[in-house]
Amino acid sequence: MKVLVPVKRVIDYNVKVRVRPDGTGVDLANVKMSMNPFDEIAVEEAIRLKEKGAAEEIVAVSIGVRQAQETLRTALAMGADRAILIVATDDVHQDIEPLAVAKLLAKVVEAEKPGLVIMGKQAIDNDMNATGQMLAAILGWPQATFAGEVTIEGDHALVTREVDGGLQTIRVRLPAVVTADLRLNEPRYASLPNIMKAKKKPLEEKTPADFGVDVSPRLTVLKTREPEGRKAGIKVKSVDELVEKLKEAGVI
Amino acid sequence: MSAMLDIPEEDRLILEAIEKWLERDVRPHVMRLEHADEYPHEMVAQMREMGLFGATIPREYGGLGLSAGTYARIVELIAETWMSLTGIFNSHLIMAACVARMGTEAQKRHYLPRFASGELRGGLALTEPDAGTDLQAIRTRARREGDAYVVNGTKTWISNGIHGQCFALLVKTDPEAQPPHKGMSMFIAEKGEGFTVSRKLEKLGYKGIDSAELVFRDYRIPAANLLGGEEGRGLQAALGGLELGRINVAARGCGIASAALKDSVRYAQIRRTFGKPICQHQAIQLKLGEMATRLQAARLLTYDAARIYDAGRRCDMEAGMAKYFASEAAVENSLEAMRIHGGYGYSKEYPIERYFRDAPLMCIGEGTNEIQRIIIARQLIERNPA
Ligand SMILES: Cc1cc2nc3c(=O)[nH]c(=O)nc-3n(C[C@H](O)[C@H](O)[C@H](O)COP(=O)(O)OP(=O)(O)OC[C@H]3O[C@@H](n4cnc5c(N)ncnc54)[C@H](O)[C@@H]3O)c2cc1C
Repeated sequence: MKVLVPVKRVIDYNVKVRVRPDGTGVDLANVKMSMNPFDEIAVEEAIRLKEKGAAEEIVAVSIGVRQAQETLRTALAMGADRAILIVATDDVHQDIEPLAVAKLLAKVVEAEKPGLVIMGKQAIDNDMNATGQMLAAILGWPQATFAGEVTIEGDHALVTREVDGGLQTIRVRLPAVVTADLRLNEPRYASLPNIMKAKKKPLEEKTPADFGVDVSPRLTVLKTREPEGRKAGIKVKSVDELVEKLKEAGVI
Repeated sequence: MSAMLDIPEEDRLILEAIEKWLERDVRPHVMRLEHADEYPHEMVAQMREMGLFGATIPREYGGLGLSAGTYARIVELIAETWMSLTGIFNSHLIMAACVARMGTEAQKRHYLPRFASGELRGGLALTEPDAGTDLQAIRTRARREGDAYVVNGTKTWISNGIHGQCFALLVKTDPEAQPPHKGMSMFIAEKGEGFTVSRKLEKLGYKGIDSAELVFRDYRIPAANLLGGEEGRGLQAALGGLELGRINVAARGCGIASAALKDSVRYAQIRRTFGKPICQHQAIQLKLGEMATRLQAARLLTYDAARIYDAGRRCDMEAGMAKYFASEAAVENSLEAMRIHGGYGYSKEYPIERYFRDAPLMCIGEGTNEIQRIIIARQLIERNPA
């Protein structure tokens, strides 16, 4: 089975983000970028499937600016076999929207014919949580979102999902789209020798035009602003006073 | 991190992988291991997996063949989190560099791949109780007996002495030789009968890593382990590794100086006195300004020396400058960080006191800073005859 793993280049989770003065979004020029953490989990899961013999080939794909090549090299260094880069914009500040990404991924799936697409449940930059679901809808494939455990059983996948209030295990027929949740695994860091080897693994470059997909934005960002700073708290002397204050604040 | 934006992609990926490892598997354990002076077995296993023990070993012998520039950045990054860790692979790599530079082809084929994988780890055994800077005064003696040599003597301060298995051992094969270096030879010495660790040395800082005294009592070593297969080239082997060694110590100094600055920048914004964060007091601003400038200068000297080294040119003067300046920068920045942190800087619950204990070693190892300045001056005279 071939596994397709879409990966997104996002602002590193350790970076303290700053809103651009014009309010169109977050400043991404000259800040550290990394692979979306949920995608890292997806890559790791694909590698584990390969190590268990449930998968033969792992193809990583990224859609965005050319610099996403680095994100793909990271996936290759972790253990993906080859990579596809779809250069969809030159502007680091242009986010390719979930629908456009899903359409492009559907085309890649058509060409590559993977038995499984495993991807992050959402990207930490815009938290859309939509691409996996849209992709499954376009392909008419089953989907298993928020995966906390994945087992391949013949032509089915057994996926334990992290849902509100507990865990739900479902069986989906392959090919399917699985989206990875935080507790699915702990991704490995690439070893130095594998980083050097990744340089020699194939990385193919494409454009949306190659697939006949229009990626121009359909959503308009009206405003972006920083979260309100937290207000200073007060100290209370007793539980009674605490209850009183909470009542005053109307929270109980 | 800003310093990382303009370096090549491959190097950046390497540094990012190392950063992840530091974040996840090192930082949470440093305080405990440091204060218990406990050997970081797990981290050593992880460093092996990551391939760090082969960082600068040539690719044809199973290493990664990284440039000195990339290597310096790795060392700096790790030293910023825990300087002790850098000693575990650095003296090992200097030993490997001796073999790569001076070893016979058979010695390289036999040892380098095992050094690179970390299967065989070790360091340098040069210093003796009565000879450090003045290596020509060493007394450890190797006498030829048939197809072996018999070694007697004591080495001290040997990093990785307890957990390492193999050392580049500097001895005298002819104590009467004139000049003395003609009677000095280097062996690749694996632990065995007659080669024992007499004790672990207690020290101010550099905790976790084992510094030991090694004793050789009628230790028989095959003549095949004489580095380069020829007597009389020991001092050359020892000194030849020093340029890279000095770039490495400079990078460690940068790491400590950077950690001291980072912690200070953070703390100065959080700690308030007289109604404002201390970073708004001019006295603290002066310190931060000096610390940042010193660090930047130390980095530039270090990267510059590495660049010259990578270009294959002689860089003893530049490496000496980098080592001297960056180690002093570590000492000064750690002391300033302590002042900025006030009482907390002196507390074992904060890492500042560790930087303060670790930094002075950078002034001593790989040639004391006194010697560095002498080397710089000699080079100056040599390059500028009147
Ligand atoms: C934690 C630690 C780890 C170490 N690890 C290793 C290791 O792995 N392998 C190893 O072989 N060694 C190791 N060493 C030893 C280290 O390299 C020596 O301590 C160092 O070379 C200095 O030698 P010394 O201590 O004998 O001092 P000395 O040489 O006795 O020097 C004493 C003082 O005199 C000064 N001095 C000496 N000669 C001159 C001169 N000609 N002109 C002006 N001043 C001079 C020195 O700068 C110094 O200030 C380690 C030391 C420490 C503390």
